[in-house]
Amino acid sequence: MKILLTIQDTSIAPRFDQATEVMIAEHDGQRLHGEPRTIILPHRSAEELSDLIVKEGVDCVICGGIEESYHKFFTWKKIRVYDGIIGSHAEALQRFLKGQLLSGMILPSAQDG
Amino acid sequence: MLSIDCFIKRIPEYARFSFPLLSVLLTGNSGKEEPPLTDFPVPVPKRTMSYDFTHILSQGMYPALLNAVPHGIAVTNRDCKIVAINQTLEVLTGVMSADAQGVYVDFVLRSNIARRGRTFRDVLAGGEPAVIEGDIVSRDRRKIPMRFTITPLQTAEEQTIGLIIVLDDLSAVVHPAGLEGDSDISESIIGHSAKMREVFELIPLMAHTEASILITGETGTGKDKIAEAIHKRSNRGSKPFIKINCGALPEALLESELFGYVKGAFTGATKDKPGMFRLAQGGTLFLTEIGDMPLPLQVKLLSVLDDREFFPLGGERKVQVDVRIIAATHRPLKERVAQGLFREDLFYRLNVLQLHLPPLRERESDIRFLINHFLRFFAERTGGSVKTFSDEALRLLMEYAFPGNIRELRNVVEYCTNICQHQQIGVDDLPKQLLAHARPASRPPLPSSPPSAPKAAEPSRETARDWMSIEKEMIIDTLTQTRGNRSKAAALLGWGRTTLWRKLKIHGLMSPTAPNNEQG
Repeated sequence: MKILLTIQDTSIAPRFDQATEVMIAEHDGQRLHGEPRTIILPHRSAEELSDLIVKEGVDCVICGGIEESYHKFFTWKKIRVYDGIIGSHAEALQRFLKGQLLSGMILPSAQDG
Repeated sequence: MLSIDCFIKRIPEYARFSFPLLSVLLTGNSGKEEPPLTDFPVPVPKRTMSYDFTHILSQGMYPALLNAVPHGIAVTNRDCKIVAINQTLEVLTGVMSADAQGVYVDFVLRSNIARRGRTFRDVLAGGEPAVIEGDIVSRDRRKIPMRFTITPLQTAEEQTIGLIIVLDDLSAVVHPAGLEGDSDISESIIGHSAKMREVFELIPLMAHTEASILITGETGTGKDKIAEAIHKRSNRGSKPFIKINCGALPEALLESELFGYVKGAFTGATKDKPGMFRLAQGGTLFLTEIGDMPLPLQVKLLSVLDDREFFPLGGERKVQVDVRIIAATHRPLKERVAQGLFREDLFYRLNVLQLHLPPLRERESDIRFLINHFLRFFAERTGGSVKTFSDEALRLLMEYAFPGNIRELRNVVEYCTNICQHQQIGVDDLPKQLLAHARPASRPPLPSSPPSAPKAAEPSRETARDWMSIEKEMIIDTLTQTRGNRSKAAALLGWGRTTLWRKLKIHGLMSPTAPNNEQG
């Protein structure tokens, strides 16, 4: 299974449509398979990012603020979305694998740094 | 440069809150014994100058101060981390002030102006306020246009200690809904109802993919317009958009129209014909009434969709095409699949993305809007002044179900604007079939009587008899209007041609010599 996180440096990017970097990780629901890979996007585009998510066969997206239309699109495509996440992508991923991530969560790492 | 006392002076610009509150903030006392502050410049007591920002916050009054302002406000420290946000911003972002403390403002606001925090840092470094227009994504996932006023906060010693960011909602002044861009298309697709907003939201997403789209919806709901809007907004927008009605042509003709033929393929084929697929090369082929496509052609279409190549009629060389397919139908395709009238594999091939257009009766809030739009449209076309509907006529229109959807509404408005000789369109100017439908609603209620089975049955028989005569009258009216053209009459009535044919038989309106080939 594949998970995609929209990132900005070490954090989850505040907005899905403004993200220029994504991290894709493969997992079995409990642990990661291999190293997550990072993709730098050529420019900000929610539509192109949505395309990438569908083409990559991603089944879960972790992101910051996302518009309803994209959220619906992913739900329609059976892609789970954890949105409104604030904090480091490492912590978000860790919590996701432990089944402890919820949409709108402000992670403790959000106050770090 | 804005010192802390200047900041306090500026607060009334953002909102008109009570002076005692300001007094409390300035003095740290109840404010009652302080002289009232009347005008700018605010006569700030000398001792206030010694108050630094942290001190003000420590007074415990800042939440009331911030919450009194009817705009979103975020106060940050020098690191652009949230110190406090007011209730308005809490509602917008879904983040509570206590939870937001210590988080980079950028992550809480979810704006498009932050540039990874550079915008805020620039204001901190430059010391000059900045006003920037942008947007935020709210907790309910709406993109809201905002004006951001970012002001540095400074102490009396002109030491910058943070930022105050005021968010002014511009939704009211920025175009609120509808399909943006492509003015000609956005003007022709109108809708403010929640269901149409959902459709509008999906159009850009669907435009961006290459997958086939199936647009469903009753007749007159605007399937063609939506298909064109998707095409125009796609990467293929500058390439051809070819529309073909699969229900309008016999099988052999439809095949030659779609796939073309080579010279000599059949009698009368005196030159090569490229066919719609080749004409739409690089663009979009819109197959409307796909549910009426004959079965043998469905096989060929499926093969083209899979292989992206085909043989024109009588041709020996394969033609490769790069065409996106958008199909539309008012028929329930799944049911037709079950009946064996539509190939299941083609259904799944076309139904990659599905867009359902709601009928007008499910878009009540749009009816009035559309009526006004068509009134303006026909006034412009005829060069006359814009007419209006009387309250009673408008009520009848709002109560009517519009089985022919927007097409019928448009025709009704056109009929009324042409028939009505006055500035205000009254009930008498409405088409008869509409009045016939609306009559039961406007009829005064029956006097109450004790319930008894025979009596209860009587009105229902009455209604049924009434309805049959009303329906007959309606059919005759519509056929007269369309000069006997049954296809047009069926479309106006919002029925299929078969339904109209059946009803003509029921009402004895079929002429004995009329051909029986109207089915399908």
